[in-house]
Amino acid sequence: MAYSEKVLDHYENPRNVGKMDESDENVGTGMVGAPACGDVMRLQIKVSDEGVIEDAKFKTYGCGSAIASSSLVTEILKGMDLDEAVAISNSDIASELALPPVKIHCSVLAEDAIKAAVADYKEKHNA
Amino acid sequence: MSNPTYMDYSSTTPVDPRVAKKMAECLTMEGNFGNPASRSHTYGWEAEQAVDNARKQVADLIGADTREIVWTSGATESNNLALKGIAHFYEKRGKHIITLRTEHKAILDTCRQLEREGFEVTYLDPMPNGLLDIEVFKNTIREDTILASFMHVNNEIGVIQDLHAIGDICREHKVFFHVDAAQSVGKIPIDLGTLPVDLMSFSAHKIYGPKGMGALYVSRKPRVRLEAQMHGGGHERGMRSGTLATHQIVGMGEAFAIAQDNMADEEVRTRALRDRLYAGFSDMEEVVVNGDFEQRIGSNLNISFNYVEGESLLMAISNIAVSSGSACTSASLEPSYVLRALGLSDELAHSSIRFSVGRYTTEKDVDDAIILVREKVQKLRDLSPLWDMFKDGVDLSTVVWAAH
Repeated sequence: MAYSEKVLDHYENPRNVGKMDESDENVGTGMVGAPACGDVMRLQIKVSDEGVIEDAKFKTYGCGSAIASSSLVTEILKGMDLDEAVAISNSDIASELALPPVKIHCSVLAEDAIKAAVADYKEKHNA
Repeated sequence: MSNPTYMDYSSTTPVDPRVAKKMAECLTMEGNFGNPASRSHTYGWEAEQAVDNARKQVADLIGADTREIVWTSGATESNNLALKGIAHFYEKRGKHIITLRTEHKAILDTCRQLEREGFEVTYLDPMPNGLLDIEVFKNTIREDTILASFMHVNNEIGVIQDLHAIGDICREHKVFFHVDAAQSVGKIPIDLGTLPVDLMSFSAHKIYGPKGMGALYVSRKPRVRLEAQMHGGGHERGMRSGTLATHQIVGMGEAFAIAQDNMADEEVRTRALRDRLYAGFSDMEEVVVNGDFEQRIGSNLNISFNYVEGESLLMAISNIAVSSGSACTSASLEPSYVLRALGLSDELAHSSIRFSVGRYTTEKDVDDAIILVREKVQKLRDLSPLWDMFKDGVDLSTVVWAAH
């Protein structure tokens, strides 16, 4: 299968790879997918006291498109507030990366990861 | 960019230039283009002679009689002809067939079709090393079992089944025994003069012959009869009609003759390359060889790099042409059914890479592959949340995943 240039770029030079302290009050962690399905994404966001995403990190087990989707998401999340973050849809990701139809599930997973990370952060602050 | 290094010889092989030359001589006006079935002129006689010669080359490699060779379009057709041909001819004797869950799709899908026609098929699980449990097989045979079909060498994991042991049981119980030998012929010795096998399928393109060409061995002693699947001019003693493709047949014959001359040396050489490749990975953490390592063809290494997804690894090592058991290489989300049948976890199945070396693989190819794969596996593990969890001592089998 041929990959788009953007997928290849994110795959070759993934942005914001890493891990933040899950117990940090300002960090929200989303882990989605399953090894059985061939992809697992862990997305973490660091949210400022003003509610703006200051930093985002990811690690992904999965195909090139899954890695590229999560890498792209960490880039676009920075500077967004939480409402903007959860408004990101899988089709935004898929069209930005020109994913072929069989790889759409990778962008769905990335959307789920954002929602899970935001939900984790909100849970920490409502509790 | 230069072409990637080819390490996917189990998938197909390039045609040997000596084979291509012989084939080219059977095409044009100046060449041996006649119809081998034409009895009325020299064009036909010469073509027939070329076909007879090729038939002898194929028969010689496998210890068969030339009258036991039926030309087909490849191992898939041979498998179809063997299974459907036996089932339809002998259905009054019984309607039960036994095979293995790790067979090629050409066997499994043919069995599915026979099930739709009213036959009953038992799909045995292999042992975790990929080999058939002979005792389990023996206990599966029933009064109405007519046919057993097991591959000689598995295409994904390269394990070699014990044809003598299986065949003896088949003979004892009067069950026909078919073997798919697409992955073994020309690589390890096959002597049908002594093997208790009734039918055996072959392909030309796995051993440096042309694609679209194969053969089915049909035993004469004991005599095996088949119902034809392709009807027409009654070629191949009525078992497979269709004008014989002289150039393809000559190509297969030449490829088999070359294999016979070189098989012993080539086995040693490819095994040394494969072992060199494995030695380059064996000290890495969390690396698993899939399938029995000892009872395995010398050219195959099927290996899982745990916590790295196969397709992303293929992408990272795109300078080497290999294949993966990962789901993502197919359109489905299911990883390799062969690896799953061995009892491998989904993660390990998704993480598998099949290297298969061959006639044109060099030591440098292997050494370069080792360096590249090691570097990229490390890179992808650094990206992998599963690797993090493994390093933190988390038992992944206890994690509840949000499946999607």
